[in-house]
Amino acid sequence: MKRLAAILLATLALPTKAATIAIIGGTVATAVGDTVIAGGTVIVRDGRIAAVGAGLPVPPGAMVLDATGKYVTPGLIVGMSTLGIVEVEGVGETDDASARGSPFSAALDIAPAINAASPPIAVNRLGGVTRAIVGPEIGGAIFAGQGAIISLADRPDILMRPRAFQLIELGENGARVAGGSRPAAWLNLRNGFAEAQRYARNPAAFDSGRERDSLIKRLDAAALVPVVEGRIPAVFHAERASDITAILALRREFPQLRIILIGAREAWLVAGEIAAAKVPVITLPLFDLPDAFETLASTRSNVGRLVAAGVKVGLGIFGGDSGAQPRNLPYFAGNSVAQAAVPGGIGLSRGEALATITRVPAQIFGLDDLGTLAPGKRGDVVVWDGDPLELTSAPVAVLIDGVPQSMVSRQTLLRDRYRDLAPGALPLQYPRPTPP
Amino acid sequence: MRWRALILVSMLAGCATTPPPRASSAGGKTSEIIAIPNDPWPSTYRAYPGVTTVIRNAIVYDGTGKKFSPGAIRLENGKVAEIGTTVTEPVGATIIDATGKYVTPGIIDIHSHLGVYASPQVDALSDGNEATSPARPEVWAEHSVWPQDPGFARALAGGVTTMHVLPGSANLFGGRGTTLKNVYGRNVQDMKFPQAPYSLKMACGENPKRTYGGKGQMPATRMGNIAYARQVWADATAYKRRWDDYTRRAVAGTAKPGDAPRRELANDTLMGVLNGQILIQNHCYRADEMANMISMSHEFGYRITTFHHASESYKIADILKSEAICSAMWADWYGFKMESYDGIRENIALVDHAGACAIVHSDDPNGIQRLNQEAAKAMAAGNRLGLAITPEHAMMWLSLNPARGLGIAARTGSLEPGKMADVVLWNASPFSVYARPEKVWIDGAVIYDWADARRRPVTDFELGQPGAGDPK
Repeated sequence: MKRLAAILLATLALPTKAATIAIIGGTVATAVGDTVIAGGTVIVRDGRIAAVGAGLPVPPGAMVLDATGKYVTPGLIVGMSTLGIVEVEGVGETDDASARGSPFSAALDIAPAINAASPPIAVNRLGGVTRAIVGPEIGGAIFAGQGAIISLADRPDILMRPRAFQLIELGENGARVAGGSRPAAWLNLRNGFAEAQRYARNPAAFDSGRERDSLIKRLDAAALVPVVEGRIPAVFHAERASDITAILALRREFPQLRIILIGAREAWLVAGEIAAAKVPVITLPLFDLPDAFETLASTRSNVGRLVAAGVKVGLGIFGGDSGAQPRNLPYFAGNSVAQAAVPGGIGLSRGEALATITRVPAQIFGLDDLGTLAPGKRGDVVVWDGDPLELTSAPVAVLIDGVPQSMVSRQTLLRDRYRDLAPGALPLQYPRPTPP
Repeated sequence: MRWRALILVSMLAGCATTPPPRASSAGGKTSEIIAIPNDPWPSTYRAYPGVTTVIRNAIVYDGTGKKFSPGAIRLENGKVAEIGTTVTEPVGATIIDATGKYVTPGIIDIHSHLGVYASPQVDALSDGNEATSPARPEVWAEHSVWPQDPGFARALAGGVTTMHVLPGSANLFGGRGTTLKNVYGRNVQDMKFPQAPYSLKMACGENPKRTYGGKGQMPATRMGNIAYARQVWADATAYKRRWDDYTRRAVAGTAKPGDAPRRELANDTLMGVLNGQILIQNHCYRADEMANMISMSHEFGYRITTFHHASESYKIADILKSEAICSAMWADWYGFKMESYDGIRENIALVDHAGACAIVHSDDPNGIQRLNQEAAKAMAAGNRLGLAITPEHAMMWLSLNPARGLGIAARTGSLEPGKMADVVLWNASPFSVYARPEKVWIDGAVIYDWADARRRPVTDFELGQPGAGDPK
């Protein structure tokens, strides 16, 4: 422990320079299948995983992190979030997730809004999250806009992939913004896709003969072209089983569509259809309330049943209470393991649970060099002080692209400032030394 | 604090069951003294039948900070009869061998909106905020409770045996909160915790000023919040003076029933607070605003039982200790609004460490199902700071401390002999993510059993719907 802390302190001085790092002695959950290596070594060189295994020699000159008695996993990947675009939900100036007043829809692109200095990035990095899918939220149209993929590294350039997917709202939310019904939402959807196809055929002719008050602007149609052509995925939010079935059927009209479902609380009722369509799902395994008429069949067995049916399921934050934070992903995954113990409940194995927050979200969003501890992958590694899915565990070291990250956030600074309330020589607002 | 609460409970009970006092008038005839009834909508809750039950070979956290390992407990006649490393096992008792399992008191959530913001969350069932005036002390949350809310069943499966249902925080004075046993009934009276004191929900900060400022009304600012609330307390003080004066004269025989002041339901609630019979549950996030609320309570002579949400209690934990005010907190909610910006994961642990009363609360129909997990996170954050918090100690945040905050600690909240047999049997440590309640007893009756569909409620609303009866 002492050795680890000393090394971390030393590395913090050079946070941007990747070197060769050997993490030794830990229980390594690679997320490659269910592989767990006791007393394993992870070697990270030039920002990538160089080797993983038991009893590997430490390369000369490598920085050594002793993880004896600890656990080592890939960096966590949150399958949906608002990291970097929302700082305080209730303060509009810091919330760039939705734009109810904008005349645009599908063309909205969150990438320019991403703020690497936003405190939630550090807060969640300290929880072991190293990459995030970032999506817009519904504004004034069913097409919420284009999401991105980011790194949570402590550096200014965190955008990995802009315009990575389009987020589309159907179900109750989509019906509301489309004018008040599901048929209106579906008409908006088909109109948008048809306009995109027309735009793709001949961009120059797009404006001729169109109604002046057309619902889709030129830029929106252009943004939907890669969606209907299957070059980027369409992430559909829907909860009710009948809505999900209708979305799966869309591929008969738009065969190139790459569908990802998000929310999908009643998905277990149509798990076979979803598996057959090879459509992945982003959800959380906690929802069990019929809190809307579209979520009547909510159950914490949803994820377990989907995985059992062969559906790829990644965890992501979409709705839920204010505790639905990316840093709590391991606990959400752990709860899906607990569900397996309930008579009649269907849950996940620990390996499957870890996959929902590492390997599977990487696969769903085509992050080919992330999500597992395998040679050649990016050096996103987390060292935990206990079982990574346990409530009482926390990361003691986080590497992103092979670089040890700062473990300081606004929250740790506040904690340290107020740990001792005894009156001092000056008010608490004056700088104080960081406690040991 | 516990003792004061206990005395209040017995006062309430006495007023509800004894005839109004009579006094001799000057002419030698008796005349009635008009009094405001303390409990005009009494509980009709009745414990369901249970059997004498012994749980043995468990690890027991008793809720007062003690651990028995091995531990055993005997439930008899709806009460905890005995607790220890072993207990007497009467002939004919149901014996549960709980090797490898854990026993705790039933979890108490001091901040719930179940029933008033029920599932499904449609406008027709949105009954938690009477946001038509900044001061609505006359409304009672229990009159909004829909006893078919599926959320009660989910909370039960999370080990919650008692909860306090509060109005929302749109108003400075939101109305009365009510304490419920987590046992379904056909109406809310069937669920009411017998003779639990009422509370009055107060709110400071952003919500009231946003709700009314947005309508161009007072309060639109934090200073408006305080000014408005002070006027309400000043008026309530005058109301109390009128009633005290009338009662004094009536007892002396110099006032007729017709001289009794006109009843004002809003002021009844406020006077109940000033008389120490109704407990203040105060929604407040920021340290400086909690300090303002404390000053207001000093000015008008009432006590604040608990600050709710209290994201910044860690900044004033010493003051909260000296004022004997509990803090009901989340483990890690932060930054969803400006006044929660400084929330930290060590909040609960630091409040506890300062010797102040710490409570884990939910304010949420999802969070209420996993309050044990929230406590685990908070405990772990404290332990990483070196505070050495044991699970048996952290258990108090879920049971005895919320019972204190609700004035029911003499009757539930811990597994001490004579207390209500509100008990949870867990399949693993409740501070593990892998733990779930196997069985829940309320007043000695098995009200939930994860392995027995006949002991798992399905609300009217869910009946016949997709997924009904699924172990959720």
